[in-house]
Amino acid sequence: MLEHKDIVEEIKVIVFRLVDEEYGVEVSQVRSIEHMQKITRVPRTPEFVKGVINLRGIVTPVIDLKARFALGEENYTDSTRIIIVAVEDMEVGLIVDAANDVIDIPVNKIEPPPAVVGGINKAYLRGVAKLADRLLIMLNLDKVLSNEEIQAMSSIER
Amino acid sequence: MDMNQYLDMFIEESKEHLQAINENLLSLEQNPQSLDIINVVFRSAHTLKGMAATMGFEKMAHLTHDMENGLDLMRNGKLSVTQYAMDVLFSCVDVLETQLNQIIETGTDAGVNVDSLVEQLKAIASGKPVAAATPAPAVAAANVVVPPDATGTGNLSLNEYESTILQQSKEKGFIAYQINVELEEKCVMRAARAYMVFDAYERIGEIIKSDPRVEDLEEEKFENEFMLVLVTQEDVEKVRKAGLNVSEVSNVTVTVIDVHVSAPEAVVAIPQIAPIIQAAQQVAATSAPVAAAPKASVQETTKKPQLGKSVRVDIERLDVLINLFSELVIDRTRLEQIARDLGNQSLYETVEHMSRISTDLQNIVMTIRMVPVETVFNRFPRMVRDLARDLNKKVNFVIRGQETELDRTVIDEIGDPLVHLLRNSLDHGLEKPEARLQNGKDETGLVELVAFHSGNHVFIEITDDGNGINRQGVLKKALEKGVVDQFTAENMTDQQVYDLLFHSGFSTAEVISDVSGRGVGLDVVKTKIESLGGRVLVQSTPGKGTKFSIQLPLTLSIIQAMLVQIADEKYAIPLSSIIETAIINKADIKKVHKQAVIDFRGRVVPLLSLEDIFSIPRPDQQNLDEQNVVIVRKGDKMAALVVDSFIGQQEVVLKSLGKYLTGGVFAISGATILGDGQVALIMDCNALIH
Repeated sequence: MLEHKDIVEEIKVIVFRLVDEEYGVEVSQVRSIEHMQKITRVPRTPEFVKGVINLRGIVTPVIDLKARFALGEENYTDSTRIIIVAVEDMEVGLIVDAANDVIDIPVNKIEPPPAVVGGINKAYLRGVAKLADRLLIMLNLDKVLSNEEIQAMSSIER
Repeated sequence: MDMNQYLDMFIEESKEHLQAINENLLSLEQNPQSLDIINVVFRSAHTLKGMAATMGFEKMAHLTHDMENGLDLMRNGKLSVTQYAMDVLFSCVDVLETQLNQIIETGTDAGVNVDSLVEQLKAIASGKPVAAATPAPAVAAANVVVPPDATGTGNLSLNEYESTILQQSKEKGFIAYQINVELEEKCVMRAARAYMVFDAYERIGEIIKSDPRVEDLEEEKFENEFMLVLVTQEDVEKVRKAGLNVSEVSNVTVTVIDVHVSAPEAVVAIPQIAPIIQAAQQVAATSAPVAAAPKASVQETTKKPQLGKSVRVDIERLDVLINLFSELVIDRTRLEQIARDLGNQSLYETVEHMSRISTDLQNIVMTIRMVPVETVFNRFPRMVRDLARDLNKKVNFVIRGQETELDRTVIDEIGDPLVHLLRNSLDHGLEKPEARLQNGKDETGLVELVAFHSGNHVFIEITDDGNGINRQGVLKKALEKGVVDQFTAENMTDQQVYDLLFHSGFSTAEVISDVSGRGVGLDVVKTKIESLGGRVLVQSTPGKGTKFSIQLPLTLSIIQAMLVQIADEKYAIPLSSIIETAIINKADIKKVHKQAVIDFRGRVVPLLSLEDIFSIPRPDQQNLDEQNVVIVRKGDKMAALVVDSFIGQQEVVLKSLGKYLTGGVFAISGATILGDGQVALIMDCNALIH
């Protein structure tokens, strides 16, 4: 199987941290990584929607991933980053504790997720990449950014 | 050759031609005698055929070819303009539209079946129904016999219109001459000489035709000779001299045209004209204006559409321009703020100058996006015509103010609501002809569609002179549907009753018709208009008619807003919603059914706390004796919004909250970027007032 391994497909992922776990999103889905900045709160939205920012003239919604997955209190520090991701033509900023690595991982290293990893429902996960010295949780952004909850929220309001 | 690059152009131009055909067929229906209109339709169909054939859309070319044949017969008087013929022509336009849409979607026109239409066209063209169909055109056809021409300029062929003129002039004692003018070989400015000849003849009579056409003469598209038909009272010799007096004219041949008036022979005479249709085609183009205004004949080029003064721009580029400009407006606001803070005089002056320029620029950029409402209105005459026929009603449909301009985004959205209101007027508003006669009204109903500017708004009004809104009918329905209770119903004003029409799930049509009254109706119209930042109102006089007026903002992307502050948050309230700002005393706040209200100029207005509605966090509670409020309105309902302070009025660029949040945020219609780079949310006051 060695020769097969040589030609295996690899994907480039951005690695970020939430509390103690490391997560990955594909580079192709990431537009930019921003420092923490002033966020304008948008009233009557779910708790994890922190508001909107001015991203070079484009008003971009920002959500707190930790709050999204109920992983603990928000605690913004100097290493806190906003990763701007795009799913189809929807751009959203994700607040993460740190983002500082870009690595290549072979696709065949990604295993289907167990029921729950680090407290996150597997519906939001694409899989888990087991690398030599680290474990990367790959997010399924389509699901994470499904705005069903936002829409549900608005139907309650009206 | 790759045709794809031409496809867009083909589609655009085909749309224009189809629209032109549609419009002209409608006016032809009104004036069946007008050869001019038939000619315009013919030319459009001809151009369409040519374009379709070049692009390889054979079915389209095939259909237009047969249309052209039919029109050609009409033009030559062989086929009368009957209702049946008109119907077939209208269905042709419909099918062509379908084909065009299919071309837009799939790149081919193969899927649309044109056979049955082609058959119908052929049936008409074969002449079978012609003789008996309808009375022949009122004008008696004249048989024109021209002696063979020695100079060989070609045979004289006259269309129905020209023959009529000749015939009428003869009755009045005028003589018609065919004049062949030859210019000298060395003549350099042939167009100018031709003009001088025309000028000379117009002094003594009226030129009713020329060959080549006037346009071609002006562009020197002729060799050394041309032909005129002149109607005058002068004798042959004088006519000949008038031409020869122009320098560089070598020879003038004058022949008297013999005009036989013989109505019954008209049908027989037509085959004589048939072989020279090509010439008639050229003739028709020039005939009418010449007769109407003799002086205009040579300057006829002014009649041609003005080309070359406009350019087609991809709408996406315009959007990019607007977006870039919006950025500029934001930076302008920012610069103004910095200049004010720094207090540097020369910086301040420069910024102020820049602001003025950018305001001018803004006006221009905004007008570029403006499109006349005509682009939406022009499809309505046809729709109204078809609808009136389906409903067996007689309608005089009047459009005014179609040149009024609106932002393109609004134009794109306004079509459907207008269709709905027009259908509503025709179906529910206008009575049947019999009922109208009984009520002492003209049998033909009047529906008016009027657009006009006023201030920062555009109004579109749809008025009918029908029966008005039946108050009892509306109330009965409202009670049935449980929209109001008996007590409220009795105490409602007429206006409030009419507003019930916009309530969702409301339709007053006794019988649910195909046209309107499917229960999804005016409420959809209202929602749409309000989503465009506009309002819709209804006024009605029983027995006299109903008027729907729509008020729309001129533009959507840059609006005037009042910035307010509540605790640490800033919000923008669109100025169009604001009536005024006020300071109220805490003692003046009353409670009605647990709702805080204030007395504002004699009206009881609910007092809404934005702090509560938007759950705005406030570090330290404040307890003031006075409160700032913004009085906002939705229709004629009002509300007072409590704010901490007013920051000021400014132009803001309306931006979406981003797709993720779109449609999900209560009472927020969008966001804007302030001078300091922060985002402020724009409040949707309509959602706050119930």
